[in-house]
Amino acid sequence: MKYYTYFPGCSSSEGGAKAYGWSTQAVSKVLDIELTELDDWNCCGSTPYSSIEELASFCLSARNLAFAEKRGLDLVTPCSSCYVILNRTNSHLKQYPQLKADVDEALAAGGLEYHGTVRVRHLLDVLANDIGYEAIEAKVKRHLDGLKVAPYYGCQVVRPKPSFDHPEFPQSLDKLIASLGGEPTLFPLKSRCCGGSLIIPEEALALDLIRKLLGSALSNGAECLVTVCPLCQTNLDAYQSRVNKRFRTDFNLPILFFTQLIGVAFGLGDEDLGLKTGIVPAERVLAKYL
Amino acid sequence: MEIRRRADSFVGEICAIPGGEGVRLCIQCGTCTASCPHADKMEHTPSQLIAMARAGMRAEVLSSNAMWYCLSCYLCTVRCPRGIKQTDLMHALECLAVRQGLSHGRTLTPAMYRSFNDFVYSLGSLPEFGFMTWFHLLTNPLRAFRMIPVALSLFRHGRLSIRARRLTPEGTNQLRAILDKAESLGGVP
Repeated sequence: MKYYTYFPGCSSSEGGAKAYGWSTQAVSKVLDIELTELDDWNCCGSTPYSSIEELASFCLSARNLAFAEKRGLDLVTPCSSCYVILNRTNSHLKQYPQLKADVDEALAAGGLEYHGTVRVRHLLDVLANDIGYEAIEAKVKRHLDGLKVAPYYGCQVVRPKPSFDHPEFPQSLDKLIASLGGEPTLFPLKSRCCGGSLIIPEEALALDLIRKLLGSALSNGAECLVTVCPLCQTNLDAYQSRVNKRFRTDFNLPILFFTQLIGVAFGLGDEDLGLKTGIVPAERVLAKYL
Repeated sequence: MEIRRRADSFVGEICAIPGGEGVRLCIQCGTCTASCPHADKMEHTPSQLIAMARAGMRAEVLSSNAMWYCLSCYLCTVRCPRGIKQTDLMHALECLAVRQGLSHGRTLTPAMYRSFNDFVYSLGSLPEFGFMTWFHLLTNPLRAFRMIPVALSLFRHGRLSIRARRLTPEGTNQLRAILDKAESLGGVP
């Protein structure tokens, strides 16, 4: 059994990516990983806070990190944005003494202190490097039998450096798909941006980025695409019909959380994986494994 | 002399924000611009923005739409041969623009960020439905109307919670005390 503190983030707890949270817990159980949710955690602030209220954004993260420090375990999140923001707080607090002094003073107003000892991990990193591909393969009950899967990393799981994988041509998700019996497709845009939160204020720009990603996945023969981030999933899935409308395309590519695909290969049922929460139906490509 | 002093003070302000100090290191190679998915949509490319900042063009830089089109994808950051944290630099410029109340071209990104932060400050978490609705109603109610099909499809698939996740009352108070203290310290630096 491996033990971690779990930071689901807003989307994967009670937001639009609930299925990511469910499938994360279900897959972890099979792999003997115990994820204990961080008590009374708050939103990491994501890009909006760090963009316009720097000090407050570091304080949001620092409160979570202070709680995690008391438990003394690695802090794991399935969300790429939470991952990058919490990590950024760690590295900035080490690098900028004045910032650290200010954050300490703010934390003290809430009766907390943080000493910078928490290691923040993305779930993909934990599965690839702590558990390992062989251990994952050993739990496969329904071999994916060459299912062609586009491995989509997005930006913030592999960037900025240092990262657990290559910042532009990562491999960990590819290998994970292969260990399930799936075939990771060539996907040149695998670490390019989905538009992130700019889908809200600048939809036209983000739709163009999404169109390029879907086009790249399809032209390489993908039957479905897996993501490691709630926002990437939402943009590629919920906005796929908007892309089709705007660019007169006919994309119909199921977008899964990588934990959902692992769960399918582990023989878990829909009640654990929430496959029906996908807007583009995945049944067509997954029927033979369910 | 006057121009030089002006430039120095603006660069100094940027450098005082964590990550902003890279503005001094740029060699204008253009790698960031070539890497940026949105460089062609920006009024000024990332490398132009740095050159302008170093020339002391405070108003032009801070009223540009460029940093508001930044996706925080960090591609520039990992490629910069000078180790500049371009993404952090963009955030530093956004912070300065907001602090100095400069207009932001025609982009709605600052308004979206503001709505997001207001929800997080009030609740400690982000209820997506409430936040999106609030943002669209504030900025352009017509767009809220156009978003109904997306919202409905999310709702039908059980992905739109009306109820927000709440922290414990003690947690909410603690978070507010911390954020209020941060605000009283006057932001970074």
